[in-house]
Amino acid sequence: MTDIVIVGGGVGGTVTANLLAEDLAPELAAGQVRIRLITDRPEHVYKPAFLYRALGRTSQQACRRPLGELLHPAVELSVDPVVKVDTAQRRVGGQSRRWYPYTYLVLAAGAQVVPERTPGLKEAGEQFYTEEGADRLYRRLAAFTAGTVVVSVIGIPHMCPVAPLEMAFLLDAFFRARGCRDQVQLVYTYPINRVHSNPAIAEWAAPELAARNIRVETFFNVDRIDPERKVIETMEGTELPFDLLIGIPEHAAPGFLEASGLTVDGWVPTDRHTLAVKGHDGIYAVGDVTDLPVSKAGSVAHYQAVVVAANLAAQVRGLPATARYNGKTFCFIETGTDTGTYVEFDYDHPPKPVRASRWIHWAKLAYNQTYWLTAKGVV
Amino acid sequence: MTEFAIDRQIDARGSACPGPLMELIRALKASEVGQVVAVLSSDQGSKVDIPEWVAKAGHKLLAVEEDGGATRFVVQKAR
Repeated sequence: MTDIVIVGGGVGGTVTANLLAEDLAPELAAGQVRIRLITDRPEHVYKPAFLYRALGRTSQQACRRPLGELLHPAVELSVDPVVKVDTAQRRVGGQSRRWYPYTYLVLAAGAQVVPERTPGLKEAGEQFYTEEGADRLYRRLAAFTAGTVVVSVIGIPHMCPVAPLEMAFLLDAFFRARGCRDQVQLVYTYPINRVHSNPAIAEWAAPELAARNIRVETFFNVDRIDPERKVIETMEGTELPFDLLIGIPEHAAPGFLEASGLTVDGWVPTDRHTLAVKGHDGIYAVGDVTDLPVSKAGSVAHYQAVVVAANLAAQVRGLPATARYNGKTFCFIETGTDTGTYVEFDYDHPPKPVRASRWIHWAKLAYNQTYWLTAKGVV
Repeated sequence: MTEFAIDRQIDARGSACPGPLMELIRALKASEVGQVVAVLSSDQGSKVDIPEWVAKAGHKLLAVEEDGGATRFVVQKAR
């Protein structure tokens, strides 16, 4: 029996499982292969919706589906938070104290925010990288009519690299629509000397921020937040007061990965093309857990899942694994209430944001609805 | 080659921008005042970005050395 175990029920894990189930249908039917997806919750949540949740533009129900509805019926689903990967014995341990043996393992457990790494951030800051955070931010924004709102990128890398820019653009539109933009000062901060880690996106975004009268502070590395004074203190020795702080926190891979000896400097060391985990035979990594110099974005997890599924299916059949991931990334960028742009790039071709339009914004809204076909492995 | 006592060595060669600068910032954040961090970068942008940030943040750039096609920046945490 060949056991394929996938850890993580987000886009990377779900797509990998579904594509494998489709491709290996004959082997599954013959009882030669078993595919198991292990996850910590029974629902699949569409994280890009959190941005819209924070601005009151979508609901809790709209961004979740039961995993059982999305997974191919041949995939065995185990809702059992993983606590350890025992690579020596080739098994995964769950919170239930059950062990799940694997022949091949796919790590798709995602990233999590760790605001506690920045002193004062949990007490004084809001964020939209969790459901709870997005809902809380929505209530704060709904009541906010005057003062300084700071969108501060504190942790790099973080999920959805363009989301902080989107939040800044959408906040401008949000306050304009409510007629109080003149009473609100918007500030965007970034750790290096441009507004985004990618030079091409930074070059496009800087004038967009200026055109919306959004003040920019670069070379801005948050050291701590003073919750009493409501001031950000930086490594550079500067201070920035705020009335509402939206911090993009530091991120980390789930703790069980480090505890299992599968991380280096916090992330899983991964081959940039084959997505094999370095130093471990038969283990692959997909999505946000990797140390790859690519965006921690859903599209990346999706494209990587296609490669891993193809290569695993080939290996199961004793064939050479020839699929390669080329760094492909696709991100929509909302630029206001009714306009958007997008970037598509890979390891060898930098992004070139196209002119923002209503059509692209509507394409993003349409994709928010059709995303579930991606999760099912259809699109 | 530098003769400073290095407390942390970072090999950021091949790390996509802003990798080397952010690696240095993270390492300095975790260091004590007076400790020395060395980062090796193959990114050409680092030759501008790193000295610029070190100056702005008030740390000491002890050395910039070429090493087999890459550049080593030796920085002491000054505050």
